[in-house]
Amino acid sequence: MVQAMNAREKGELILRLRGIGKQFGAVTALEDIELDVHAGEVVALVGDNGAGKSTLVKVLAGVHQATAGTIEYLGKEVTLDTPGTALELGIATVFQDLALCENLDVVANLFLGHELSPWRLDEVQMEVRAWTLLQELAARIPSVREPIASLSGGQRQTVAIARSLLLDPKIIMLDEPTAALGVAQTAEVLNLIERVRDRGHGVILISHNMEDVRAVADRIVVLRLGRNNGVFTAESSHEDLVAAITGASENSVSRRAARKLEVTGDEK
Amino acid sequence: MTNDVQTSQTAPQLDRADSRVRHDEGLSGALRAFVDQVRSGDLGMLPVFVGLLLISVVFTALNPVFLAPNNLVNLLFDAAAVGLISLGVVCVLLLGEIDLSIGSMSGLASAMTGVLWVNAGVSLPLTILAVLVTGMAVGAIYGFLRNRFEMPSFVATLAGLLALLGLQLYILGPTGSINLPFTSPIVRFGQILIMPAWLSYMLAILPGVLIVWNGIRTGQKRRAANLSARGLSVTLAKALILTAALVFAVFYLEKGRGVPWMFGAFTLLVVLLDYALTRTKWGRSMFAVGGNAEAARRSGINVRRIRLSAFMICSSLAALGGVFAAARLASASQQAGTGDVNLNAIAAAVIGGTSLFGGRGSAWSALLGVIVIMAISNGLTLLNLSSSLRYMITGAVLAIAVIVDSLARRSRASHGRA
Ligand SMILES: Nc1ncnc2c1ncn2[C@@H]1O[C@H](COP(=O)(O)OP(=O)(O)OP(=O)(O)O)[C@@H](O)[C@H]1O
Ligand SMILES: [Mg+2]
Repeated sequence: MVQAMNAREKGELILRLRGIGKQFGAVTALEDIELDVHAGEVVALVGDNGAGKSTLVKVLAGVHQATAGTIEYLGKEVTLDTPGTALELGIATVFQDLALCENLDVVANLFLGHELSPWRLDEVQMEVRAWTLLQELAARIPSVREPIASLSGGQRQTVAIARSLLLDPKIIMLDEPTAALGVAQTAEVLNLIERVRDRGHGVILISHNMEDVRAVADRIVVLRLGRNNGVFTAESSHEDLVAAITGASENSVSRRAARKLEVTGDEK
Repeated sequence: MTNDVQTSQTAPQLDRADSRVRHDEGLSGALRAFVDQVRSGDLGMLPVFVGLLLISVVFTALNPVFLAPNNLVNLLFDAAAVGLISLGVVCVLLLGEIDLSIGSMSGLASAMTGVLWVNAGVSLPLTILAVLVTGMAVGAIYGFLRNRFEMPSFVATLAGLLALLGLQLYILGPTGSINLPFTSPIVRFGQILIMPAWLSYMLAILPGVLIVWNGIRTGQKRRAANLSARGLSVTLAKALILTAALVFAVFYLEKGRGVPWMFGAFTLLVVLLDYALTRTKWGRSMFAVGGNAEAARRSGINVRRIRLSAFMICSSLAALGGVFAAARLASASQQAGTGDVNLNAIAAAVIGGTSLFGGRGSAWSALLGVIVIMAISNGLTLLNLSSSLRYMITGAVLAIAVIVDSLARRSRASHGRA
């Protein structure tokens, strides 16, 4: 396995996971997971379907509670027992299923749980902030006063990303944030990830798109069947990465690649 | 309008960047938006107005007394108690929950009023306080069962229905009925007290004034924040129609006895709850939990506390409704809160436009819905129909309301409006 050698200077350690385990009844979704995230760093989390990426993110978001292990945040051990605690600490999340309320409009969803002036909602101020956030993401949203139900998949994803930025978090976790996005919006999200990193925040990015991952990630952490399976950098070879994800150098991906080579070779 | 053009020339407004959206300006625009909204299944208050029109026409044709001013005053007296109960139901329905014990809760409350105030001589304010605290405690139990054991509210409150009814019968004892003295303030409140005419007229004008004032202020704030603002014409039209309708209603009621204080008190609570639901963080959280509880939880909302608050408000309002009912009937009996009280209160909320599926509705649906329900019940009584027929007809109306709710929901889903 290639060990991570980060070229860039690392900031302070924000998040440190040791021995994290998560059990769903008989299913062990996570076992003995280690993960460090520094300030100003983008950590990509990759792995096959069902590898446990979303579960790990949910543990960090306070949605699930880890059944083993410790979480250190800014040098102090913390228990993330509710999503509220995680948000207060400055851990924001874009969930894979987005977790939006379809009956509420865009503004209400963005500010959900963090409305301005709780006893007399300041709708105008919230709407202005909503538009500014969405413009930062080059969002194409016709109206912020329509219920979420009337938005397209990509528009919803943009809303979910905008929401995670609202509270100016220390660390932001994006679970497949670009899966439904158009070309321009994907580029904008990648730009945004870089901007957030340059501002000194930590980013955890989950994606199945290796191009995107290589484009922005400082480190690539591979999960396989709920366990750590190596740490790579953007410079690591594609074969090594795929081998770590699938668990063997002989795999369907390499076989496909080999077949393709053969075919093009024959034609020549 | 001219103002709009000027601002858009200087700097594009924040919310007018997308050229694909049709922006409905002015009166005709507002009308068009309303038609679109109804077509997509967002019926709002429309079924209520259609229903009321139908009811008035049919019952007046059958018995002209129906529309007599004093009959309508009586109707408002009757509506307050069930309306209060229905107001609480709106809160639990918004979360997609239900409380089936509201009838028993109101019955227990009226029994407590009789036992504590008449029999034991406790002062009236203390009695009402005790009733409210009991309501809150019962609601807290439902909330606890729902939060802690994930017990469906339907089951928990069904158990509560029996338990509370038992308690009501128990504290009433073998006599089974306690009369409240006719000269007491509470019975006068429930049967006689009428607002002075000048106050009624002022209260009829107030909403229109508030709408215009609020419209102007929001318009200023939005323009200052570089957002588009709706033209004043729509606001003015709305305010004018509402004021005309309210002033006419008061004028008509004043030809009879006038507007009951009891109904005024109920309306005040509706206004307060409406403010809480639409303008506070708590209200936003209520809609969020009703729409998608898991999403609400992940936004950091304390879902359990929201549920608890909804059940507590529901039971307390049901208890207060019970006190109102005792005042109206000048008695606390074994029959109080039984029969059709439960379903009338739930039906009123649904008819008024609060969805049984959670996440949609408003406090006003309790007021409008209860007027529909009470109009039907009142009209049927005028026709001297037996209660058996009244039950059947009210049941059919409830069924229709639920069908409309389900159809509207399906239509909203296919039009992408949740
Ligand atoms: N709430 C749950 N209850 C039971 N098992 C669960 C639950 N959530 C996840 N799992 C299991 O945990 C494992 C990891 O799931 P997870 O969602 O973390 O995968 P993932 O890496 O995000 O996959 P994908 O790339 O498909 O999103 C799976 O085997 C899944 O079945
Ligand atoms: Mg996942």
